[in-house]
Amino acid sequence: MDMNVKKKLGLKEKYALMTRSLGWETSYEPMDAVFPQTRYEGIRIHDWDKWEDPFRLTMDAYWKYQAEKERKLYAIVDAYAQNNGHLGVTDARYINALKIFLSAVPSLEYNAHRGFARLGRELPGVGPQIACQMQAIDEIRHAQTQIHSLSNYNRFYNGFHDWKHMNDRLWYLSVPKSFFEDACTCGPFEFIIAIGFSFEYVLTNLVFVPFISGAAYNGDMGAMTFGFSAQSDEARHMTLGLEVIKFMLEQDPANLPIIQAWIDKWVWRGVRLLSIVAMLMDYMLPKRIMSWKEAWEVYFEENGMALFKDLARYGIKVPDCVELIKKEKDHLSHQAWNAFYTAGKMTNFHTWLPTEEEMDWLSSKYPDTFDRLYRPRFEHYREMEKQGKRFYNTTLPMLCQVCQIPMLFTEADDPTQISYRQVTHQGDKYHFCSDHCQHIFEREPDKYVEAWLPAHQIWQGNCFAEGADPGAPDFDPLKSVLDYWHLVYGRDNLDFEGSEDQKNFAAWRAQATRN
Amino acid sequence: MPVVAIAPYVGVPKDTVDRFHGNQLLYVGWDRHLMFYAPVCLCLPPAMTFGELVRGPLAEAWSVHPQWSSIDWSAVRWLRSGEAFDPDFERSLADNGIGHKEVLRLQTPGLEALPGAV
Amino acid sequence: MSKVFIALQANEDSRCIVDAIVADNPEATVNLQPAMVKIDMPGRLVIRRTSIEERLGRDFDLQEVQVHLISLSGHVDETEDELTLSWDR
Repeated sequence: MDMNVKKKLGLKEKYALMTRSLGWETSYEPMDAVFPQTRYEGIRIHDWDKWEDPFRLTMDAYWKYQAEKERKLYAIVDAYAQNNGHLGVTDARYINALKIFLSAVPSLEYNAHRGFARLGRELPGVGPQIACQMQAIDEIRHAQTQIHSLSNYNRFYNGFHDWKHMNDRLWYLSVPKSFFEDACTCGPFEFIIAIGFSFEYVLTNLVFVPFISGAAYNGDMGAMTFGFSAQSDEARHMTLGLEVIKFMLEQDPANLPIIQAWIDKWVWRGVRLLSIVAMLMDYMLPKRIMSWKEAWEVYFEENGMALFKDLARYGIKVPDCVELIKKEKDHLSHQAWNAFYTAGKMTNFHTWLPTEEEMDWLSSKYPDTFDRLYRPRFEHYREMEKQGKRFYNTTLPMLCQVCQIPMLFTEADDPTQISYRQVTHQGDKYHFCSDHCQHIFEREPDKYVEAWLPAHQIWQGNCFAEGADPGAPDFDPLKSVLDYWHLVYGRDNLDFEGSEDQKNFAAWRAQATRN
Repeated sequence: MPVVAIAPYVGVPKDTVDRFHGNQLLYVGWDRHLMFYAPVCLCLPPAMTFGELVRGPLAEAWSVHPQWSSIDWSAVRWLRSGEAFDPDFERSLADNGIGHKEVLRLQTPGLEALPGAV
Repeated sequence: MSKVFIALQANEDSRCIVDAIVADNPEATVNLQPAMVKIDMPGRLVIRRTSIEERLGRDFDLQEVQVHLISLSGHVDETEDELTLSWDR
C-alpha cells in the first residue's frame, strides 16, 4: 500500500501560500475604487508583493501563540486577584502610577486597533493586510486585558472608577487622546509611519519595558503580566513598522521627503507624549530600576540611533527634534512632576513630595540639574506643607495647541524660562510649547485649529456638571468641572498623605499579617 | 498644505472669541517663577482694566508666592506677544491692545533669585 | 558597530533560550532586570532552534519565541531553523 506522506511545508513556502495566493486583482471594480485611500498622501507603491513579514507569521500560527499568551495572562491575573496581589506592592503610592497608565493606555490600544483594522482593509497588498489584521487583533486584546486588569485595582483604590468617561474629558488625558486621534485622522501611510514606525519602533520600549519591569520590581504582578503580554506582540509590531518603512522607501525615491516629514512630526509627538512616562519612572515607582534618563539613553539614543544609522542608506535623517530632546532629558520628569504635584486638585490620582532618600537618588541620577533646579523647589513646597499650606495651583494652565500639554517646558538652554512660541493664523493667535509643535501646526493648520483644548472648553462653558448654572451666586466652577469629570473632591484628588487610599492600604495590609 | 485630506477640507477653529460669552482668553506668565508650572489661562471681559487684572485674577493666582507682595509695579517689565509693552493700569485690556488669546509675560527684575526658580 | 538586542520574559522556557543564545553568540551580554532578560550583541545575533531543543529536551518551534518576547531591535529574518537579528545587511 502506498503511504501518502505529507511533506511538511517550510516557513517560507507556507507564508507564500497563506498570504500571496489569497490576493487577486479585482475585475468588476477598478483596484483604485476598491482601495481609494492609497493615493492622496502622495506615496507611490509599484509592487505590493515586495512586502514581506520577516517573522513569516501566518494566521494559524498566530491563533495558536496568541491563545497561549492569553492562557498565561489570565492564569496570572486570576492568581493575583485570588491572592490579594494588590497588597503586595511596595507602597500604596505606587498605585497612582497605575491610575495614570490605566486611564490613558487602554484607549490608545483601542484606537490602535481601529487604525490597524482600517489599514487591513485599505492597503492593497496581502502581506500588509494580514500583518495589519493581526496587529488590529493584538491591539484590541491589549485594550481588553488592560480594562480587565483595571478591575483588580479600581475596586480597592480611588480615581480610576470611570476611566473611559475621564479619558474623553479629563484635562491631562486629552494629551494621549489627541495624539492618537491625530494619527487616526491621517491617511493610511502616515498612520503606519506614525504608529507602526515612530511610536512602536522608536518609542514603545520606553513605555512597556523599563516601566513594566519597574512594576514587577514593585511587586505588581498584575501590571507586569498585562504589560509584558502586550509587549510580546509589540516585538512583531516593531518589526512590521521597520519593514513598512523600508518597503515604502524602496518603492519610489519620491516617497523619501514625505516619510521624512512624518518621522520628524511623529517622533516629536511621541516624545512629548512620553513626558508623563518619564515622571512615572522617576517619581511614582517607590523602587526604581533605572532613571528615565538612563532608559532614554538605552532605548532611544542607543537603539533608536542604530535604527536611524541603518536608514541613512535611504537618505533618512535623524529628526531635528533630537537636539532638543537630548537637552530635555535632564529636566523632563522633574518639570512634569512639578506640574502634577501643584495641579493636584485637578487630578484623578494622588501626588506627593519625594522623600529625602528619593531626592538623593534623583540627584545621583541627575547630577547636573536636580540639586540646582528641582530640589530647592520641592523643599520650598515641603516648607509650605509644614506650615499647613500644601501648595496647589488653582488656575487653569495655558496649553500647547498641538501636544495639548500645559506650557511647562523650558527653553533648551535656559531651564528657568518657559518656552513660548506663537503664530497668527487667519486672524487668531495660536500658542506652542516648542518650535517642533509650531512646525506641525504650520504644515496643517486646518487640522490643529480644531483641537479640543480642555482649558478653553471649560471657559466656553462646555465642561460643567449636567444642569449646572454658571450664573448662580453659589456656583463653584472647580467643583462643577470635577463633577463633569466624575471626580470626587478630597477622595480622588489631592495629596497622597491623608488620602483614603493611604488609610485603606495600611489597614488592609495590617489585616493580612494578623487576625 | 492646509491639511492632507482625501477631499478639500476647511478646519473650523474651536476657540474663536464669539464662543466665550463676551469674554476673551488671556494667558499670563510670570517669568522665572516656576512654582506656577505654566502660564495661567484666564477668561476676562475686554473692558476689565489692566489694574483690575493685576489686583484680581493675577493676585489670586500668584500672591501665594513670597515675592508677590514685594513687587515694585513701577519697575516691572511686561511683554505682550514677546515684545516689550507698557500697559496703562487705568485703561481696559482692549484699550491696552490686548485681544483674544494674547499672551503677556511679567518680568520682575531683582526678584528672580529664589533658589530653584521657585 | 550598532548593537542589536532581544528582551525576553524571565521564565522556565526562556532560561533555556537564553542559554542557547549565549552558547551560539559568545559576544552577547546578558542583562538581568526584574522579570526580564535583555541580551545585547554587536551587529548580529542568531537564535538556533537545535540549540534550544538540546537544552529544553523537546521539539521547539522557533515561532514559540513569540510567547516569551518582550522586545527586539534590528532587522529580523526567520526560518524554521534560525531567527536572526542584524543591522548588517
